[in-house]
Formats: sequence, C-alpha cells, structure tokens
Amino acid sequence: MSRFLDISPLGKFSRRRFVQGLAAGGALAALGGPSPGRAEQLRLRTGPKVLGGSRFDLTYTPLPVNFTGVERHATAINGSVPGPTLRLREGDTVTLNVTNRMAEDTSIHWHGLILPSAMDGVPHISDGFKGIRPGESFRYTFPVRQNGTYWYHSHSGWQEQTGAYGAIVIDPKEPEPFAYDRDYVVQLSDWSDEDPNAIYAKLKKLSHYYNFRERTLSDALQEVQAQGWEGFWANRGMWNQMRMSDRDISDVTGYTYTFLMNGVPPADGWLGLFNKGEKVRLRLINSSAMTFFDVRIPGLQMTVVAADGQYVQPVTVDEIRLGVAETYDVIVEPSSEQAYSIFAQAIDRSGYARGTLAPHHSMVAEVPAMDPAPILTHADMGMDMSMMMGHGGMQGMDHSQMSGMDPKAMDAGAMDHSSMGGMKCGGAMMAPAPMNHAAMDQMDHSAMNHDGMQHGMRPAVTPYAAQSMGGGKAGFGSAEKVVHAPTEQGPQVDMIADAARYQLDDPGVGLRDNGRRVLTYADLRHLTGTVDPREPGREINLHLTGNMSRYMWSMNGVKFADAEPLRLKYGERVRINLLNDTMMNHPIHLHGMWSDLETGDPNYIPRKHTVIVQPGARVSYLVTADAMGGWAYHCHLLYHMPGMFRHVIVS
Amino acid sequence: MVVLGGLLPACAQAGMGDDPILTKVMINQLEQRRTDGSDPLVVEAEGWIGRDLHKAWFKFDGERVGSAWESAQFQALYSRAVAAYWDLQVGVRHDARPSKETRDWLVLGARGLAPYFFDVDSALYIGGNGNLGVGLQAEYEVMLTQKLVLAPEARANLFARSDKAIDQGSGLADTELGVRLRYEVRREFAPYIGINWEKRYGQTADLVKAAGGSTDDVQFVIGIKSWF
Repeated sequence: MSRFLDISPLGKFSRRRFVQGLAAGGALAALGGPSPGRAEQLRLRTGPKVLGGSRFDLTYTPLPVNFTGVERHATAINGSVPGPTLRLREGDTVTLNVTNRMAEDTSIHWHGLILPSAMDGVPHISDGFKGIRPGESFRYTFPVRQNGTYWYHSHSGWQEQTGAYGAIVIDPKEPEPFAYDRDYVVQLSDWSDEDPNAIYAKLKKLSHYYNFRERTLSDALQEVQAQGWEGFWANRGMWNQMRMSDRDISDVTGYTYTFLMNGVPPADGWLGLFNKGEKVRLRLINSSAMTFFDVRIPGLQMTVVAADGQYVQPVTVDEIRLGVAETYDVIVEPSSEQAYSIFAQAIDRSGYARGTLAPHHSMVAEVPAMDPAPILTHADMGMDMSMMMGHGGMQGMDHSQMSGMDPKAMDAGAMDHSSMGGMKCGGAMMAPAPMNHAAMDQMDHSAMNHDGMQHGMRPAVTPYAAQSMGGGKAGFGSAEKVVHAPTEQGPQVDMIADAARYQLDDPGVGLRDNGRRVLTYADLRHLTGTVDPREPGREINLHLTGNMSRYMWSMNGVKFADAEPLRLKYGERVRINLLNDTMMNHPIHLHGMWSDLETGDPNYIPRKHTVIVQPGARVSYLVTADAMGGWAYHCHLLYHMPGMFRHVIVS
Repeated sequence: MVVLGGLLPACAQAGMGDDPILTKVMINQLEQRRTDGSDPLVVEAEGWIGRDLHKAWFKFDGERVGSAWESAQFQALYSRAVAAYWDLQVGVRHDARPSKETRDWLVLGARGLAPYFFDVDSALYIGGNGNLGVGLQAEYEVMLTQKLVLAPEARANLFARSDKAIDQGSGLADTELGVRLRYEVRREFAPYIGINWEKRYGQTADLVKAAGGSTDDVQFVIGIKSWF
C-alpha cells in the first residue's frame, strides 16, 4: 500500500512570504462556509511543503516572518519555517545542494543520519568542512542507509533558534511492521522575536531572567502551614544552602517564546485531517532550541512504534516527553467523528504548541489547561535520600547505612563526612545538622511530620529506581564506582550529585504521578533485538556540569574550548557513562554513531541518537565506533551547546 | 548589552562562542530621599565588562543635594570568579567630598551570594593615609509576587583610625538599614519606594553632630532600579 505524506492541497509557498499568525481558532469556526480568505488561512495551518526524490536544492535566505504580530526575520530554508520536509528513500544515494544567500556562514546537519563525517555538516568538526560562506554552495552527497523520521538543522551560530530546521522522512525498503492510513509530520519548535545573541547575553547577566515561576512568599507561608516551621526549614534548608531554585526548569521560557507546531502558532493550531476509523501516523519531532515538550492527545492514546527513527516494540501511552532533538513515531486511531487536540506543553508549563486532528477543517478541538508548573525535588539533586538526616529525607531511615559513623565521634561533632553521601555544593561540603546519637535512638518517627516530607519529594526507592541497573554487563550500565574529576572543582561548577542514580523508568519532573501513562526510556525495546551484542571494552565517564547562575556549561567541569578531543579507536565498543551534576534535563546527542541505550534489558537494547539525562541522574549507553573521522558530541540545548560539547575523533 | 566578538578559537558554532565579552550596567539605587532637612538624590551604580571568570568593574556611590554633589565615591576593580557564587574584587577607591580632602584606598573585596540567598558585598579598604576600613553590605529579596519584590538591606562601615578632617571616627562609623519595595515592570526596569534609616555611632557621631549634620535619620525613598 502506498503512503502519501499529506500536504497542503495548494502546495507551493512563494519565497518571500509573510507567515501570519491568525486570529484564534474560535473565530475561524464562527465564520460561515469557505471563502477565499478562509482557503488562505487553511493553507497557512498545514505546515511546510514536502520535497521528494534524490536531488535537492536548498537555499538559505533571510525571510520576513510574523508569528506574534511583530515582524521579524528568520534564517529560512527554501522560504519557509520550518524548511521543507525532505522525503528520502532508503537505499538511494542523495545529493543536497545547499546555497547560502545570507550574510553569515551557515551549514546543515542531518540529525540522526549515519553518513561520512565530511557530510555531517558541523563546521570545523566534520572532516574538511568549514561551513558554507555567504554566496557559496556546498554539495552534500551520501547513501541513505536507514529509514524513519529524522530532521535537519543549521549547526552554525544560533540559526537553529531563528528557523533553520526541517523534517526528514525516509521511506523504508521493506514495508513497515505497522499499518496506517495517514501520515503527518508533527514538528515542534520555539520561536522568539528576540535576537538569540540578546537571549544569551541576558542568560549570562541574570540567569533566571526568563523564569516567572519562582517561589513567592505565599508559597512559603502555605508550606509553613502544611509542614510546620521545623518541616519547612528542613525542606528549604538544602535549597537555601545550595542557593538553588526548585522552580528552575527551563532557561528560556514562554516569556519570550511562541511555540510552533509545523510552523503554526498555537493561536491557530496546526491542522491534520483524518477520516473516522483511520490509523494516523504522527512523526513527532522536537526541533526546538531550548524546549522540552510533553505531548498528549486528550481522548487518544498513542502507540509508540519508533524512537529516534528506529523501530521499537509497540507501547501504548497517554503522554510522551520529547527532549530537544528527539523524535517519536506514534500511531493513533481516532474512533470518533470529533476534533482532537495534539497538545504539546513546554516542560515548565509556560506555554504550549498545539494542533488539531479532525475530520473536517471547520471543527474546533478543546484545548486542555496546562499542568501546574513542576517543582524539583531533593531527589532531583541526585542525593541519597536515606542519608538525609535532619534535612527532611526521612523516608529511608536505614541505620545500617550509617555504619561508617563512629557514635562517639558523632557526639563530639567530628563526623567523617566522606562516608555519608550527600551533596557537595559550590565546592564546599555542607555540614548537616549536628547529630545527637542518643536522641536518634529515641526518635519518635511518628512525630516527624511525614506529610511535610512527602510534599514535593519522590521516594528513594521504586517505582523510580531501576533496580537492575549498574551490573556492568551490556544492557545494565556501569558497575564502576562514580568518581568526580578534579576538573569539576572551581567557579564553573555549582553542584555535584554524589548519589546520582539510573532512573530509566522515571517519567521525569512534571510528569510523575499525573494519572497518565507516560513513556519512559525503560519502555523502549528495539523491535528485533539488540543489534550489536558485544560487551564494552572500556568505559568513558562524562559528567554534565555547569554553574547555573554564571550560565557556564561544561563536561567534567571543562568547557569545549578548553577540552581535549575524545578519541575512539575505530571498531571498538565503549560504554559512555553520563552523570548529570546539574538540576536541568540535558538532551545529549552523539553524531555519526548510535547510542545503544542501556535500560536493564540486554536483549532489546534500543538505539537512539539523543538521550535525556535527568537532573541528578545517570545514563549509560554503548557505542560502536564504526564511523571514522570527527564528530560532534554535545548537549542539544542551544545555549548550552557552546560549552557542553566535545569533539569526538574516531581513528 | 554590547556584545563584542571575543578572541575565541574556531568553534562548532559560527556565531558567539561560549564566553563572549559582555557588559552590564546596574543602577541599583537612583532615589530621592525625603527627610526633615535636605532631600538628597542618591545614586548607586555599578557595572562590568568582561567574560565569565574575569571582569573589570566600576562602582559609583554619590549623594547630591540641590545642584551639588555632597559626596561621590568611585571604585575601579578587577573581579575574578573564585568560587561558584563568589568573586574576589581588587582595585582602588577614590572618595570625593566638596570642601573636604579626598581620600584614596586600595580595595580588597568579596562579592557574591551567601547561603540562604543573601547578596553580599564586602571589602577591606586600605587607606593611603594608613587608615583601614571595612565595608559590609547584605541584601535579601522576598518575592511577594513574580514582579513585586521586597528587598531589605543592611550596611555598615568600620574604621581603624579616626579621620577628623572628613568627620569620620574610629570603630563602627555608620550603619544603614533599608527596605525597598520594587515592581519589576520589566526585569531591567523597576520603580520602587522604601524606607531607609541611617545612623552614625561613637566618634563619628560626635564629629558629624559638631559639624551640624544628623546622626540618626529615617528617610522615605522613591526611586528606580534598572540594569542593561
């Protein structure tokens, strides 16, 4: 059965076209039958055009756009934001001629594609590639060795923020292992009217500039009421001593962003049509600069059939978190003759992108309210909760873990801090409240105000601790002791997670216990089984580090400009251990090679190109270094990228 | 606000590197103080130019009555990030008072965010005339709403020796306690009102009283806080 990627019936966009943000969807429905104005409005809700074949001409031009009522300029490919969807065929050799008609250097990186380093499009990292100068063209040519949903974007400057991205759909040689009648790209992005240089400067000068969800006095008073003064101080103590905000979820928020779905602002919403009873394939792509999207379709469950372009064993969920640069293919089966909202809220709930799946363009879908703003917990700091004496972590009062403590020494106040687990913050070991050993034996647990402790904290053990991880064999993550590099000391690092855990079954902050089935990495299983069964020969440890208030980002405390390249031997199989010593989610992307994500199941290791490492958490994946040359390896949050970046060289 | 291309190695981003040279100017107090007697205009501004770990700072503190500056203090400092939340600031300070002698100091300061979110600016001043001074400043912010912020602050100045020529005694010379309520129209622009209490002590109080000044003054203030 042939599949057609649905496109607007009207096809082409002119090169210099205004992309207007229209009136609210409600107004559209209120109008009578179709009118010339209406047809134009519909065309503008359907997203970019599709280019097929094996030869493509892509041109970058500055494009006047208007997403918010204010006219701005985008760095656009072929006159649209997003750029055109490229429809490739597995097995073809494709040629893409990219011409730069802007005033600054540019590039295109084909995200998730396995191809030679020279074609990967990262200036000064990809072999022999220095970017595409103004007025010049670069011919990318490579065989297409895979199928599925991917995307492309500029790897120059901040151009990803100003519209330089598009989708890639690769038709498989063999039929897909799942059926569907309709096929839509759902590409999510974030648009700001601000110059990205100004955004970066603001983050450097006041890192919480865009966060309007900070704690206020009324939050504090409510907590005192709920937990009493002692509970309140115990809970707040850690945050106050670390000088960190538990509301710090996104660096750049809806305060400046308009969130787009296929280039359409939420006021209008993207539109995808279906007939009742049809199966619809949605290719969810997060091509934003800085925004994690939590996607759900009220009234419809989604069956996940692919992640990062790779088939997975189908799993049906209500909600999916897409980190920046991730993709998921889902099948939905709308069973009623109604309009459904595809609702993609930003992780910090400062805004959303949306679309409508409907049998008819005139139908309006109800848009749900956004969830409450997420609040980070002590556990998100990567702390060992059972060790948190006097800091509110009363869940696991396991005295057997305190064997390193000499009771006499404790009474004298001379505690051996190194045997304790806990936070090292700002370079200085925090002193816990002095312990009175005698008092501990007599502690009345019932008086410990456990209600206060529950508030905002997740438990120390399951359901959010993947118990099987850390075994050492392929699929189980690293058994090596966690060591923090000495380069993590210094003003560039504000936090170290001493007890970071594998938590592959944790849906993440803001999605826990929300009454919906949320996809986790533990749900991902390669459809046909682990591709490369080899054990890793060695392990590489990379800690994701930074100083939030100075807005400095690094790996192992060393920023890209100061770092040695990461060298891999061609053909070797390594385990990369990522440990997040920060309070933010980071989507980490290795170019050119698959990240075989270890989830605790060695037989069905999923392959991904972008992996989220949650705050205070660990992730491990196996990499076969089967691609020669230079490759970029970095956090895909655009304003973290300059620092949290490594040059990988496979030779 | 001005962004200059830095001297950076070629990086995978053709645009700004991770650590560009930036500038920031902060007008922390630009206020009219109302009290019995003269109503001074007080300006407290500072700014920096530099990168993540190394910056050049200037600071200006001035008080103006009518059309004349009553006092003006200038500082030029080199600021180095030494810990996650702390900068070491080293430089010079020049105090000017009309019809009085100027004073110059070497400055050794620590500026940063202390635990429990106290914003601290402290310094040791080594005077050209052999005097030694200590200045301490701490500010706290209470968010009443996302845009309405209550900011109490406390300051103190101490000196090793008295300096009669400028009406400054030894020991604790003065303290200032203030609370300001600001409304952030934008992050960069916040009008405010508040109360400020200045008090002088010991020898300083005697000297100031003898010269006809006040030693205990509560002021209503209205002003603008901004940065760019």
